[in-house]
Amino acid sequence: MEAGPSTGEGLSAEVRLRRPGFELDVTCAVRPGEVLAVLGPNGAGKSTLLGTLTGSVLPEHGRVALDGRVWLDTRRGVDLPTHRRRVGLLAQRPTLFPHLSVLENVAFGPRAGGDRARRARAIAREWLDRLDVAELAGRAPARLSGGQAQRVALARALAADPEVLLLDEPLSALDVDTAPAMRGLLHRVLGAQRTPCVLVTHDVLDAVVLADRVLVLDGGGVVERGETGRVLARPRTSFTARIAGLNLVRGTAVAEGVEVDGVTVRGGTAEPVEPGEPAAAVFAPSAVAVHRAAPEGSPRNVVEVRLLGLEPRGDTVRLRAETEAGDEAVPLTAEVTPAAVAELALKPGDRVFFAVKATEVAVHPLSVG
Amino acid sequence: MSSVLRPRRRKGAERPVGTPLPLWLPAGGALALILLPVLGLFARVDPARLPALLTSPAALSALRLSLRTAVLATGVSVLLGGPLAVVLARSRIPGKRLLRGAVLLPLVLPPVVGGLALLYLLGRTGPVGAVLEQWFGLTVPYTTTAVVLAQTFVAMPFLVVSLEGALRAAGTEHERMAATLGAGPWLTFRRVTLPMVLPALVSGLVLTFARALGEFGATITFAGSLRGTTRTLPLAVYTEAQADVDAAVAMSLLLVAIALLVIVVARPRAVG
Repeated sequence: MEAGPSTGEGLSAEVRLRRPGFELDVTCAVRPGEVLAVLGPNGAGKSTLLGTLTGSVLPEHGRVALDGRVWLDTRRGVDLPTHRRRVGLLAQRPTLFPHLSVLENVAFGPRAGGDRARRARAIAREWLDRLDVAELAGRAPARLSGGQAQRVALARALAADPEVLLLDEPLSALDVDTAPAMRGLLHRVLGAQRTPCVLVTHDVLDAVVLADRVLVLDGGGVVERGETGRVLARPRTSFTARIAGLNLVRGTAVAEGVEVDGVTVRGGTAEPVEPGEPAAAVFAPSAVAVHRAAPEGSPRNVVEVRLLGLEPRGDTVRLRAETEAGDEAVPLTAEVTPAAVAELALKPGDRVFFAVKATEVAVHPLSVG
Repeated sequence: MSSVLRPRRRKGAERPVGTPLPLWLPAGGALALILLPVLGLFARVDPARLPALLTSPAALSALRLSLRTAVLATGVSVLLGGPLAVVLARSRIPGKRLLRGAVLLPLVLPPVVGGLALLYLLGRTGPVGAVLEQWFGLTVPYTTTAVVLAQTFVAMPFLVVSLEGALRAAGTEHERMAATLGAGPWLTFRRVTLPMVLPALVSGLVLTFARALGEFGATITFAGSLRGTTRTLPLAVYTEAQADVDAAVAMSLLLVAIALLVIVVARPRAVG
C-alpha cells in the first residue's frame, strides 16, 4: 500500500472536489519511472483527476507536487498554469495542429521551451525516428491514419521533455487493428521513461501491459489500489473483479506463449514480445471449458484446478478456482452454463480440469517497474 | 425536354437530393432580380465614352479616396474588432450574450441612423466631439477621418462575427494541448489560434473591405459629400446620377468590377 501524497520524489496528488451529483476524493503518488493506471467506468472521475494534474480543472481542495515542487496547493493559493507544469499529454484524440507539418508539430514543444528552430527540428526528428515514424515528417496531419497520428502525438508529447507523462485513454479511439501496435509501442516507450506516468483507461488490458500499479476509481473514490498483477489477479472488491474480468497468467514469454513454473500456456501474441521478457497470457472466463477428466485433442491448454466458489450471474455461473501445481497458486475463473454445472455436479472443493484453446489466449508483454 | 434540364452525371456518382418543382420558378426569379439590374448597367453604358468617363478627375479622385478609406477602415476593424472577437469567443465575462448582440447592431441598423449617431457623438456639440474640439482643436465630422469611422462602424461587425464564429468552431482543444507543450497564452495565440482561424480571418477581411467600400448612408450623414475629401465612389455615383447619368453608370461599373474581383479572388464564406 502506498502512503498519501508525500514531498519526496515523483508525483503526488490529492484532490477533493464536489459538483452537483458528483464527488471526487483521491490521493495518489507515482514514483519516477513508474506507470500508474487509473481504472474505472465512465463518470468515475478519471478525467477530472487528470484535469487537476494538467491544470485545466481547479478542485476545491487539492495539492499536486512533483519532486517536492508544488504545482497546486489550494490552501496556500498556489496554482501554476498548465504551460508552467511541464506535463506531457497524450489524449484520446491526437489533436495535432492542423496547420503544421508533422515535423513542426513535434518541434512545437522544444520551440515553446526556448529552443531555436533548427535545434527544435533536430529533437523532433530524433523522436519521430525513435517512434518509427520518421518518414512522416513532411506530411500534413490531415494525411495521416489514426494510428500514425497517435504516434506523432506521442512523439510530440515526449519531445517537449515533460516531467510527468499523462495518457488519457490513448488507445480508445484507435480501431482494433491499430490498438495493439500502439499499445506495444507505449510498452516500449514507457519502459524507457524515467518520469512518473499516469494512464487513465477503462480497458484492463492497457493496465496489464503498461502499468506497474493500478488505482481503481468508482463513484469518485478509490476502491482499490496496488500492484497491477495483484489487484487484477486477486481483486478485493467485486467492482474490480467485474472490470478485471479476464484471466491473467503471468510468466515469461516463450516462442509458443507464456511459461509459468515450467508449464507453457500456449497462445497468440497480441503485441510484440521478446522471449525471456515478462509476459501474461490473457483469456476470457467464457473461453474456458470445464471437464471432470483431462480432455485430449485440438491444441489446447489444460490445467487441473481446485474449485473455490460458484457464483451465479444472470444466465451463467462463474467458477472461481486455483491451480494446485507450481510454487504459487494461480487464480482462474471460468464462465459456464447452469446446465454444465448440474451435469458435472460441480461444488466447491472439487478438483476439475480447465481447458482453453490456444487461439483464445492472447499473449501480452508485461510492464516491469 | 426534361433531359436538357437534367445535369449529366458520372456513372456511380451519388444522385442529388430531389429539388421540389415548385421551388424552381421563384429561385429563377431571385436570380433574375440579382443579375438583370447589373446586366442592365452594362446595356446602358456608351462604350465610346466609357474610357473618358472612367478616367475623369471626379471618378479617379473618388476611386482613390474610396480605396484609401476602405483599406483604413478594414485596418481599424482588424486592430479593434479582431481582439473583440477573441474576447467574445474565449473569455468568461458577464453579459457576453448582450455584448454579442450589440456587435450585430450596425448590421441591422439603417446606416443613415448610424451616421446620425456618430454625428451627435462626435459633432461640435456632441459629448465627445466638444471635448476633442476644445482640448485638441480637432473636428471630426465632414473629414476623411469621419469617412473611415463611418465605414468602420458599418463594416467591422462582419469581421467580428465571422472571426468569432471561426474561433468558437475551432474550439479550445488545440490551445489546451499547446499549453501542455509549454506554450504560454501569447505564444499559443500566435502559433495555434491565429493560424487555425486564418482562412476565416481572410474571408472576414474581404467582406469588411467590400462593405466599407460600398458604404453610403452613414458616410453621407456623418462626413457629407465633399469632393476629394469625403466623396467616395458610392457618393460620387449618387451625385453624378443627378447631373450626368453616363458618368454615374461608369462609376457604378467600377464598383461592380471591384465587387466581382472580391468574389472571385477571395470567395467569402457566408457570414453567420
